Amino acid sequence: MTRNKTILTLAILLCVAFPALAEIDLSGSWTSKNHEDNLERGAGPNPDDWAGLPFNESGRAKALSFSQSTISMPERICWFQTQWHIAAGPFSLKIWSESDPLTGKINAWVLGGWETRAPMTIWMDGRPHPSKNAPHDQTGFTTGTWNGDVLTAYTTHIKTGYMRRNGAASSDQATITTTFIRHGDMLTLALVMEDPVYLTEPYILTRSYISTPTPVAVAGPPCIVGYEGVESGRVPHYLPGKNPFVNEMDKIYHIPVEAAMGGAETMYPAFRDKMKDRFVIPPKCTRNCGAPMPGPEPN
Amino acid sequence: MAPKATAPIDLTGYWVSVVTEDWRYRMVTPAPGDYQGVPMTRAAVKIADAWDPAKDEAAGEQCKSYGAPAILRVPEHLHITWQDDQTLRMDTDAGKQTRLFHFGERKDAESTPTLQGDSIAQWEIQRAGGRPVNGTLKVSTSHLKAGYLRKNGVPYSDNATLSEYYDLVKERNGDVLMVVTIVVTDPMYLREPFIISSHFKKQADDSGWKPSECSSRW
Repeated sequence: MTRNKTILTLAILLCVAFPALAEIDLSGSWTSKNHEDNLERGAGPNPDDWAGLPFNESGRAKALSFSQSTISMPERICWFQTQWHIAAGPFSLKIWSESDPLTGKINAWVLGGWETRAPMTIWMDGRPHPSKNAPHDQTGFTTGTWNGDVLTAYTTHIKTGYMRRNGAASSDQATITTTFIRHGDMLTLALVMEDPVYLTEPYILTRSYISTPTPVAVAGPPCIVGYEGVESGRVPHYLPGKNPFVNEMDKIYHIPVEAAMGGAETMYPAFRDKMKDRFVIPPKCTRNCGAPMPGPEPN
Repeated sequence: MAPKATAPIDLTGYWVSVVTEDWRYRMVTPAPGDYQGVPMTRAAVKIADAWDPAKDEAAGEQCKSYGAPAILRVPEHLHITWQDDQTLRMDTDAGKQTRLFHFGERKDAESTPTLQGDSIAQWEIQRAGGRPVNGTLKVSTSHLKAGYLRKNGVPYSDNATLSEYYDLVKERNGDVLMVVTIVVTDPMYLREPFIISSHFKKQADDSGWKPSECSSRW
């Protein structure tokens, strides 16, 4: 009898010490470190810069038809902000969990804090994704699973949006897999977009955050539709062959047009062989060059 | 048990950079003075503004942008193998660099600082029900020779240290990604830790492996 009690006690202790599924707490405020893609995430990318984006011909054609004034149309002002905005924007994150009040089990993780986006709810309770015929919205529908301490979220049912804030569009068939990897005070998000309409390969971005005691608001100002100068009935666009910015990256950075036009091969080192003999280092940077921020120097 | 035997994830094999971020700083040589995103000190800007690739070539220092803090930003293939039970080895085709990740204590303070520095590795093992289910390779590197974070002369000093976290992510299409979170700390040339992440796709074989020399200009 004593032996049985000991075994039972040990079993209970083991269960407490090692939860059945490893998980890690993601909750808190996370400051975005925009040390990579700084211009793209902040002020926005250069027009017609799609280097490193695995477009297909449809994706490229759609992007070339894009005029920045498109998002001044009342119908399009809030068009571009799907969950991909986490990766393409500069914003910090607030993450919290929502638990069952009776069992304490986490039903969902929620991400908020970035401007103009509704919070993203990651359902952890095993519910299925809606039917493929269910309505899509900008937030989409997301479920999550743990693999050890790594949370993987899968988003479907998003509306058409953008992959890059210069007209590179995602379709309503796109899905996003977001992996949350925490290392102490650091959080790395790996986002993979798959889009059978506009991509030939998954488009992958990774982003870094650090934990901060300064609270990040759970929601930013909403995207508000208003008049921005595009009169009713006009649809800003460029007809095929008429986009005036095709040579922009060549002019500024000496990046060849075929690179700027994107495509899967521009993501890989072998593409450098195509540029090597033609490339000339551009003249000294004169705009958007980065500079030390004001404030004290480190000791 | 030896680190090779207790590895919670398998990093060995061939990997290729997937360059979807900082493209114009990585796939081509950026313009002099283009430092977007790097939290440089004024002293660093002064040094970077004086960048002269011809001078580096004349000094035989074409590999300054291939040091450990920058090497995983170089478009390249990686080959990761176990050199022995205690040492993970990473070779790059671009610049023909070799990094050694030593598990356990290793003191090498008497030797000359090098581009790849001294790297101490450890597994961070994630368990469920007491069993390993996932994990991370953490690598801490010091004893570095000064070099460039970017090809256009953004400097790090020989006081810089590097922390890296290697994780594996499986895509829905079956591809395996290696995501490396990189933290460079440099009290001389960085105002705060420089935090970025690079990703690599697992390759079936060495068919993309194409060794090339270091270059100061390309």
